[in-house]
Amino acid sequence: MLAYYLDLAVHSLKRHRMLTALMVLAIALGIGASMTTLTVLHVLSGDPLPGRSGSIYYPQIDPQDMKDYTPSVEPPAQLTWTDGMYLLHSKRATRQALMTGGMVPLQPAQSSFDPFHASALYTTADFFPMFAVPFEYGSGWGAAEDDSKARVVVITSQLNDKLFGGRNSVGQIVRLQEKDFRIVGVLGDWHPNPHFYEWYMGSYASDEDVYVPLTTSRDLLMEHDGSVDCWGNTGGDPSRLETINCMWLQFWVQLDSPASVSAYKDFLLHYSQDQHASGRFVRPPNVRLRNMMQWLDYIKVVPSDAVLQTWLALGFLAVCLINTVGLMLAKFMRRAGELGVRRALGASQRALFGQLLMESGVIGVAGGLGGLLLALFGLWLVRQQPADYAKLAHMDTTMLLATFALAVSASLLAGLLPAWRACRVAPALQLKAN
Amino acid sequence: MEIRPILASLRRHRIPAFLIVLEIALACAVLCNAVFMIGQRMADIHMSNAIDEQSISVITLNGADPDHSASDIPRNLAALRNIAGVEDVATITSMPLDTNAALNSFTAAPNGKSQVNSSEYFLGSGAEKVLGLHLLQGRYFNATEYSDSDLRGFQSTGHVVLITQSDAQRLWPGQNPLGKQLYSGETGWTVIGVIDDVLAQEPAFNGGDGSHSSVFFPLHPRVELNDYILRSNGQDRDRVVQKAAQLLGDLEPGAVVEGRTYAAMRDTYFANNRSMVWMLLLVCVVMLAVTAFGIVGLTSFWVGQRRRQIGIRRAVGATRGHIMHYFQTENFLLSTAGVVIGMGLAFGINLYLMRHYELGRMPWYYLPIGAFVLWLVGQVAVLAPALRAAAVPPVVATRSV
Repeated sequence: MLAYYLDLAVHSLKRHRMLTALMVLAIALGIGASMTTLTVLHVLSGDPLPGRSGSIYYPQIDPQDMKDYTPSVEPPAQLTWTDGMYLLHSKRATRQALMTGGMVPLQPAQSSFDPFHASALYTTADFFPMFAVPFEYGSGWGAAEDDSKARVVVITSQLNDKLFGGRNSVGQIVRLQEKDFRIVGVLGDWHPNPHFYEWYMGSYASDEDVYVPLTTSRDLLMEHDGSVDCWGNTGGDPSRLETINCMWLQFWVQLDSPASVSAYKDFLLHYSQDQHASGRFVRPPNVRLRNMMQWLDYIKVVPSDAVLQTWLALGFLAVCLINTVGLMLAKFMRRAGELGVRRALGASQRALFGQLLMESGVIGVAGGLGGLLLALFGLWLVRQQPADYAKLAHMDTTMLLATFALAVSASLLAGLLPAWRACRVAPALQLKAN
Repeated sequence: MEIRPILASLRRHRIPAFLIVLEIALACAVLCNAVFMIGQRMADIHMSNAIDEQSISVITLNGADPDHSASDIPRNLAALRNIAGVEDVATITSMPLDTNAALNSFTAAPNGKSQVNSSEYFLGSGAEKVLGLHLLQGRYFNATEYSDSDLRGFQSTGHVVLITQSDAQRLWPGQNPLGKQLYSGETGWTVIGVIDDVLAQEPAFNGGDGSHSSVFFPLHPRVELNDYILRSNGQDRDRVVQKAAQLLGDLEPGAVVEGRTYAAMRDTYFANNRSMVWMLLLVCVVMLAVTAFGIVGLTSFWVGQRRRQIGIRRAVGATRGHIMHYFQTENFLLSTAGVVIGMGLAFGINLYLMRHYELGRMPWYYLPIGAFVLWLVGQVAVLAPALRAAAVPPVVATRSV
């Protein structure tokens, strides 16, 4: 039965090549544009740590003065050194890490390399186990290294390839800011996207080269990059960030059960209340504890350009679909004579409806194929763009299947109205007119 | 042209007529918003910046030894000045659009509040000449102001400041800004000059209308003055940049050196905007093409359906022109309906985007522009089917299909 319908559909489509080509092209263009932008959106709003992100939280407290205060204000996105160190050393969560980013001049021992700027993350020991960072060689550092401001460094596999040709370099020395650092670990393949833990250095495709203990980076006054938010006219002197009223650190905690989440929120609230009572916090206690995906949503990590492009492409798809509805209507109505003959020979309205929808389905599959090719080309175009997320734009299986599902369902939807109109022909009238 | 018969015929083909109207309406709405976005991006790309962009190159030096800056910077400047083709050299803390933003809010009264963050620039001696700033009022810094000014907590310890014309109008509307005090918290600086608008380091961070909110302080040689700016003749800028970067790398072996022309810096900053403009243009063109083909398809179908009627009209005396005008007028009526709905839709979409994506309000004139384009597309698309209709011979009337 279906095979017969399919045969009829292909036969009819072949008869009006121009019109068929127009419909397939319209569907393909709409699907291609939509799937390109939806794939970009899908990649950008992905989960950077699948399976783990649910238990990673970002605590916020508000230590600022009353300037610009309103009761509904969100607490700031970063912590001061004082608060960060207190929360870190309280160890109320399973794991916790304090961090910020920067650039550090790296002077390779090999004379074949000029000194270059390595992008660095200054963090604390729990960073590696909390985010389950894989290691190719060695491991991260421990709390003892944090406390002693040790000159140790973890490097990425890319840097290891560049400096040591991919050999096990644990125990080797690299020079950062003209000081010797001992390599304790080389990372495996780890590129979380979005770059959730430190978004000021770029939200996507912005892996660091080196990881250095936060205390060491302050000891050597390594260059800090990122937002430094100060209040109360203390200025933002980079050498005194520990003591002045500035927020510049990001803090992540791992909380494994709902009970520990609410306990941690209480802890944040009590700390704010204590600080408020002692007069250090002027604002009333104001805390937040978002999990990772909520946090990424809150800081609007997906660039608004990508969202706008998606809306635009969906609008374009709507235009293409209406266009297809119109063309199908024209095509089906023109075949009123043929349909009338078939009705007179005993085909039921249902059968005609099925036959016409099959024709839409065939157009959908062809449009889906064309759309897939166009989407692959579109993604290639996106990858040539300068935006930092451009390199990530690749199609995966989910989006591949979604492309076909969208194309076929869109064209079936477009076929519904024309098919319904066309199969209601009165057979006698059509035969008489002929 | 009588339009009543056209309306009567459209009433008998409600669904195809409605589809054309809907397609034109949607296309009009998307087109207006896309063109508006293109306009905004283009305005950003062409933002004015009153420095000599075409003659400046920037060599950035990071990781230099802070303890020797006082002697190293004059030595480096002297060496750079000797490069053939270099007309003048100076230092500055950062450049417009280099995204290395140093922001502070300044007010006309002590401890005031401001919605705008201003970009802070610290000039090494002579930087105003290299940048080619345009002085509108007052004077530049003198030699003592340069040598006596230091930094404490990234604030100037000097007593003088240069401001841009935008800030002068924002802070002291209708008054002479010269001699006024510019405050950050309790600290004040005397305004000694007003210059033409220079862009901020990262206009997106300045808030409000602050893209030209820039303040300039003098600074004696310190490690923070890490951008060496060179003025050179247009033709061999690339060679000068390369030579200068090499020279600085030799003079400061531990530091990281990066050299670029200012024109390249500006291009990099706006690269995202430029690619968005191309993307939007592509979508607009393809969408108009699809709409046009849709109109061609549906009108051809109509013409095919009405061959007999057309033949009868021709037989009873209608000219080819009449038949053609019939289809053109029909298309015009449908386009008008579509465009009216589309303009309402475009306005609604703009309101939604304004609320969610920090887009501005669309000026009213985008609506008639979008409407006109779709009218034009409709008329061009209907031309071929209308000509085919006009070619139907009167004899068709006497045949039965």
